[in-house]
Amino acid sequence: MNFEEWTLRLLVILVLPFIGIFLGLAYKGFDRKISAMMQSRIGPPLRQPFRDVKKLFMKENIIPDHAVAWVFHGAPLFALIAPLVALAYLPLGPFEPVMEGYGDLILILYLLAIPAVAMAMGGLASGSPYATVGAQRELVLMMSYEFPLAIAAVTIAWKYESFSLAAISQTPVWSMVGPMGALGLLLIALGLFAVLPGELSKVPFDQAEAETELGGGLFVEYSGRNLGVFYLAEAVKMVVVGALLIALLFPHNISQWYSFGGPELLGVSVLGTVADVLFFLFKLLIIIYAGVSLVRVALARFQIDKASYFYWVPMTLLGLLGTVLVVMEGVI
Amino acid sequence: MSDKNTYQVPIGPIHPAFKEPFMVNFVLDGETIVDAEAHPGMNHRGVEFMGMHRNPLKVIPLAERICGICSIVHQHMFTTATEHAAGIEPTERARYIRTILAELERIHSHVLWAGVAAHEIGFDTHLHFTWKVRERVMDLLEYITGNRVNYAMWTIGGVNRDITKKMYPKIEDTLLYYESLYGKLEDIFLGDTSIRLRTRNVGILTEEDALRLCGVGPTVRASGVRKDVRIDQPYAAYGDLDLDYVIPSSFGYENTGDVFSKTLVRLKEIPQSIDLIRQCVDGMPDGDIDSEPRKAVLINKLKKADGEGIGRIEAPRGEAFHYVRLEGGMEEVANWKVRASTYNNLTTYRPMFMGEQIADIPIIAACIDPCIGCMDRAEVVDVRSGERKHFSHEELHRLSVEKTKMLLGGLP
Repeated sequence: MNFEEWTLRLLVILVLPFIGIFLGLAYKGFDRKISAMMQSRIGPPLRQPFRDVKKLFMKENIIPDHAVAWVFHGAPLFALIAPLVALAYLPLGPFEPVMEGYGDLILILYLLAIPAVAMAMGGLASGSPYATVGAQRELVLMMSYEFPLAIAAVTIAWKYESFSLAAISQTPVWSMVGPMGALGLLLIALGLFAVLPGELSKVPFDQAEAETELGGGLFVEYSGRNLGVFYLAEAVKMVVVGALLIALLFPHNISQWYSFGGPELLGVSVLGTVADVLFFLFKLLIIIYAGVSLVRVALARFQIDKASYFYWVPMTLLGLLGTVLVVMEGVI
Repeated sequence: MSDKNTYQVPIGPIHPAFKEPFMVNFVLDGETIVDAEAHPGMNHRGVEFMGMHRNPLKVIPLAERICGICSIVHQHMFTTATEHAAGIEPTERARYIRTILAELERIHSHVLWAGVAAHEIGFDTHLHFTWKVRERVMDLLEYITGNRVNYAMWTIGGVNRDITKKMYPKIEDTLLYYESLYGKLEDIFLGDTSIRLRTRNVGILTEEDALRLCGVGPTVRASGVRKDVRIDQPYAAYGDLDLDYVIPSSFGYENTGDVFSKTLVRLKEIPQSIDLIRQCVDGMPDGDIDSEPRKAVLINKLKKADGEGIGRIEAPRGEAFHYVRLEGGMEEVANWKVRASTYNNLTTYRPMFMGEQIADIPIIAACIDPCIGCMDRAEVVDVRSGERKHFSHEELHRLSVEKTKMLLGGLP
């Protein structure tokens, strides 16, 4: 590892959070607009999330008297930093993870768990009964969806005999299996899509916030900058989870199928890279549309026990069945 | 209930589960509700007091504004009560026009409720859908009365505006629209799995409880109680019309009394209302819309009137009641008491909440279609100490018995 390469990495790591936040807010705007259109509403303009954040950062940051101040302030930061760090370990379109070789799938799964824990911590520290109930629900939900998520991740990693995301995204997993394994992978993909709304606290799994029940739940006492940071965290998390799904299931690039000519930079076609980046953004859009927007306009909020049951029994069984199919194919 | 495993969560006075200021104190064990205690009195506006300082004709627009959704209900009841007190008969044609408007309002109220219920369980898509389709009946009401809400149609002895033959096609259009739409509404609210998950066997009110707690309207009809003022004590034109109690068992469902049954009853009342409006339009008698068009004469007549009157009608939410007393020589209303359906249905909250989850609070709270603005009429405040007081049933009973004794003792 030479000096220039480290400098480049450092630069990318400094820029990456801004790209992550920008993409997150942009996709949030898209999600809001498209679900509004599906609900026969006009909906906010695409740039509304940016305005929301700007406004939240200008507003007063109120700390309740009963709150434990340092946890209350720390929670939003933890919730934001963890997915930002995860971005550095994820392959984004044609680019390999910036920190390739220093962390893998397991690390990302842990980093993805941090925002949920931080939100629960913040909720418990705010000293409101609504937030306490919300925090309990968030933890229950986290424990529920982690299981199918872990099953899916482990199965795919098993196929590659590696937890390295760079290796996984190099060859699409579908090309490594036969028909039986493909069926198993399909089941696992379904499980992963079911985890998406839970991971992002969207209807039908928004029990922790549940506006009509808990009036905002976890975030009921949060305002101003702290709420704005949570808002950003949620946006970045959407990108991270989407990118993880892409890396695991659809790491295809256009340049694999079609070789672009034109000028080259650092040994790769510029045109091809641009096409790949656009294709990645498009895949992310489709995943957010199918996994978040579509689901949240088509379903009602579940009760927490039913949500937990949904992940622990049907989704876990689905995942295990998928795993068995994939493994069996390797054995036969 | 001060067990160490339980904790208290106040829902209200301002909370998204209630659309108006209202409070219920919940005792919870984890996610399960162990006890619930309702605290009304957060939305008292002194409407009755204001009403007792003006003449009956001026009270009508005030009565409308007790509630934005059931504004027809309150003007209807107040005029009925005042007519009763003053011995004025509304004209035949006015009775039919009143019925048409009341039924249009029932459609609008039930469609609106369905949207609120969907929102409470986190299903915003249906909220937007139902509120969009509700616009059609609002448009029709505006076409007939000139206003979207607070219609200013009622007057003592009749109505202010006529429904002419020219208006019939537009009414029929709207009715056809809702008829064609009805299948979709039923599909959504009775067929959708995620809605069924949230409404089936949730917030059960047994027939016994419904009777014991004196609930009214769709809330108890869902439990199989045959109770509907339109049939039990017909008013306006209902005596001439053909209608039956809407209870789940008439449609091949069980009278379970859960939220699902309440949704069912409300939805099934929409085609019933459509049918009633058609009957009214077909059988509309000719004649005046107003028994006394000269308002000054009417006011003078009311000023001389002396007596008590009651107005009982079946609001979309259930039976509601107005009491009016007029004194001879006095221009103002001497006494006015409003009792809205929510007041009765409030008592049914406790058996419905018991043993359910926090997640069910909003939908159960919404399933009686609460209208706090209508309900909050009285609050006991000790003026000297500023202390607020809640009377229990026993206390009130004791006070009542004492007063009877006192009155008996005072007799010669």
